Amino acid sequence: MFSHCNHKIEYNKTQNNRYIVKLKDIKNAINFLKEEKNYNFLVDIIAIDYLDFKGHKEKRFAIIYLLKDDKFDNLVILKAYLNEDEIIDSITDLYKSANWCEREVWDQYGLIFKNHPNLKRILNHKEFLGHPLRKDYPITKGQLCTKTDDLMDEMTPKLKAKGYEDHDDLMFLNLGPAHPASHGTIRTFVALEGENIVSAVCEIGYLHRGFEKSCENHTYNQIIPYTDRLNYCSAILNNIAFAHTVEGMLGVELPIRGQFIRVIIGELSRIIDHLVSLAANLVDMGALTNYWYLYNPRETAYTLLSKLTGARLTNSYMRIGGMTHDLYDGFEADMKRCLEDVQKGMDDSLSLIEHNRIFQDRAQNIGVMSAIEAINRGWSGPNLRASGVAYDLRVNQPYYHYDSFDFDIVVGSTGDVYDRIMVRFEEIRQSIKIINQAMATLPGGNYKVDDHSIILPDKKNVYNNIEGLMNQFKLVYEGVKVPAKEYYSSIEATNGELGFYIASDGSGTPYRVKVRPPCFYAMASLSDMIEGEMVADAVLDLGSLNIIAGELDR
Amino acid sequence: MAVAGEEAIFGDSVITTKLDSAISWARESSMWPYIFGTACCAIEFMSVASSKFDISRFGAEVVRFSPRQADLLIIAGTVSYKQAPILKKIYDQMSEPKWVMSAGACACSGGFYDNYTTMQGVDEIIPVDVYISGCPPRPEAFLEGLMQIQKLQAKPSKYLKKRAKRDFKGRLDV
Ligand code: SF4
Repeated sequence: MFSHCNHKIEYNKTQNNRYIVKLKDIKNAINFLKEEKNYNFLVDIIAIDYLDFKGHKEKRFAIIYLLKDDKFDNLVILKAYLNEDEIIDSITDLYKSANWCEREVWDQYGLIFKNHPNLKRILNHKEFLGHPLRKDYPITKGQLCTKTDDLMDEMTPKLKAKGYEDHDDLMFLNLGPAHPASHGTIRTFVALEGENIVSAVCEIGYLHRGFEKSCENHTYNQIIPYTDRLNYCSAILNNIAFAHTVEGMLGVELPIRGQFIRVIIGELSRIIDHLVSLAANLVDMGALTNYWYLYNPRETAYTLLSKLTGARLTNSYMRIGGMTHDLYDGFEADMKRCLEDVQKGMDDSLSLIEHNRIFQDRAQNIGVMSAIEAINRGWSGPNLRASGVAYDLRVNQPYYHYDSFDFDIVVGSTGDVYDRIMVRFEEIRQSIKIINQAMATLPGGNYKVDDHSIILPDKKNVYNNIEGLMNQFKLVYEGVKVPAKEYYSSIEATNGELGFYIASDGSGTPYRVKVRPPCFYAMASLSDMIEGEMVADAVLDLGSLNIIAGELDR
Repeated sequence: MAVAGEEAIFGDSVITTKLDSAISWARESSMWPYIFGTACCAIEFMSVASSKFDISRFGAEVVRFSPRQADLLIIAGTVSYKQAPILKKIYDQMSEPKWVMSAGACACSGGFYDNYTTMQGVDEIIPVDVYISGCPPRPEAFLEGLMQIQKLQAKPSKYLKKRAKRDFKGRLDV
């Protein structure tokens, strides 16, 4: 792989696309991959602390880079081992997306990056001491935060670079975290000249809930409810992404009926997520009526989901190796009604905005992101597609027979707020198409894998014979045993590539889980996007990226 | 029933009552909530506010985004340690009489996030009047919570005065 590189790179190929590289060579290796082999897309940077890993002989920490090439077909995983006192070369000059990733690694693990422009905490608060994802940090050790960061340490140098020595003519304003347009927990700190944003700094982490640490003391199936609360607007897609990854590690595949059910329910989740995102975005614009038109179909979907899963929002429907139960009688009619409502809501809303001059003026050419830039920043999903890049994991790496359905990848041309909104509208239409096809061809048979080391036995076995009882007890108590390995897999979630990198030590509890949250990368770009725009546009930019704090901050 | 006083003369066009009850009737029927929505529970609140569950049936649809204009603080979502000083600041900016509703497992107790970053219940920093269970609570539960607050508001003004002077010391009060 690296034989033509100018720099000598010491590496070890462990599997097909996995390389162990010496820490000192890691930047050269990545640079080579980017410049010579077109690995332009940084998927994620992951750190692991092997302190408690049985039989681990290498240095304590590992830093792992996931890269994809410009066709998005090939994934390369580079890994380097290091000790706490060793310093990693920052790759922020190669990928803009690396900026926040490296900050997160520093925050959670205390690993230091050389030449990083601003290596400060990102998820935890300023007064936090220590690095919580290290294995020797106790999970319940909370630390009180008494004061909010004023962010001037980031703002002042930014203004200076723009030629503002004193700040007398500027007005500083906090958009969020408690602001109606900040969608809950996102803080954008801006310096204004009139209504124009001169400079902006974003702060996240207000909804950091310790998902990744919590995974390390729960069994695989216990993690499913936690995944619901990543992107809580489309809980089931997160369930699927997680279960899909673990199933990949176990080497099992769902029966076709199970796969189709995942497609159907997954697409329904995508639809209702897009609905709420569009509804909120249009409210931010002042178009309140759209909110009622777009939000109310969600209620029909909630009724269907409550019947199916028992919960409206946080459904926890999936399990490792399948799902809690099959579709219910009358599901088809309910689904039909639900899709009709969605279609109607969407048509009503579009009739209000599609040819509406005010809407177009507000949304067109605002927050423009070019394709090259979007890839460099790690964007994916509808946001990236709006910039004109046809990257959709359902097509690029089809799973669950997505290649057998007839649907289009929706792309935009300009990459502005307008495109991002319209791409989402059209994606709803495509999802409806997929659901209709899947419902029409839904095969019979089992919906979960037939393997009692993964799936709970039937209740009648549990109550009537000792093997069934033991089986149930072991699965609940110890969890599904997953072979010791490290594995990455991803699906196309509502916001884009939602991936899980899981390191297993062979037990029923993962050793390390890292989420690749798609909106983390979009959010990292916001401050650059809004500089030079007006405050009112900044609100639309944020809304059009569909930032969901649960997924962003984890 | 024999009717006396003004009501005997003017009939249905006059109602006599106590000033206390008149004020609390007005208060109960037009709460102005501030939504401190941080997470999944806030999405359920969106349902409460939209047409199917329709919070305006209880007179509480005028959602305020300035705490200075609100008398009901609804905390819907997880509150992390990082978020805590902000929540406190917002609470402090509201004027008496003010009411606090903690909605959902996370706001009440940290929910299933028993870890280094999540505050184990907002009552560690501000006083709470009504706790709503659920993860997230169903919209009906939000409405039930609202009615409980209305019951508190119906109490005589003596109670309100005492309430405003109550002694609460949270972890961020130094
Ligand atoms: S209580 Fe449940 S639904 Fe509500 S914020 Fe917490 S995790 Fe989300």
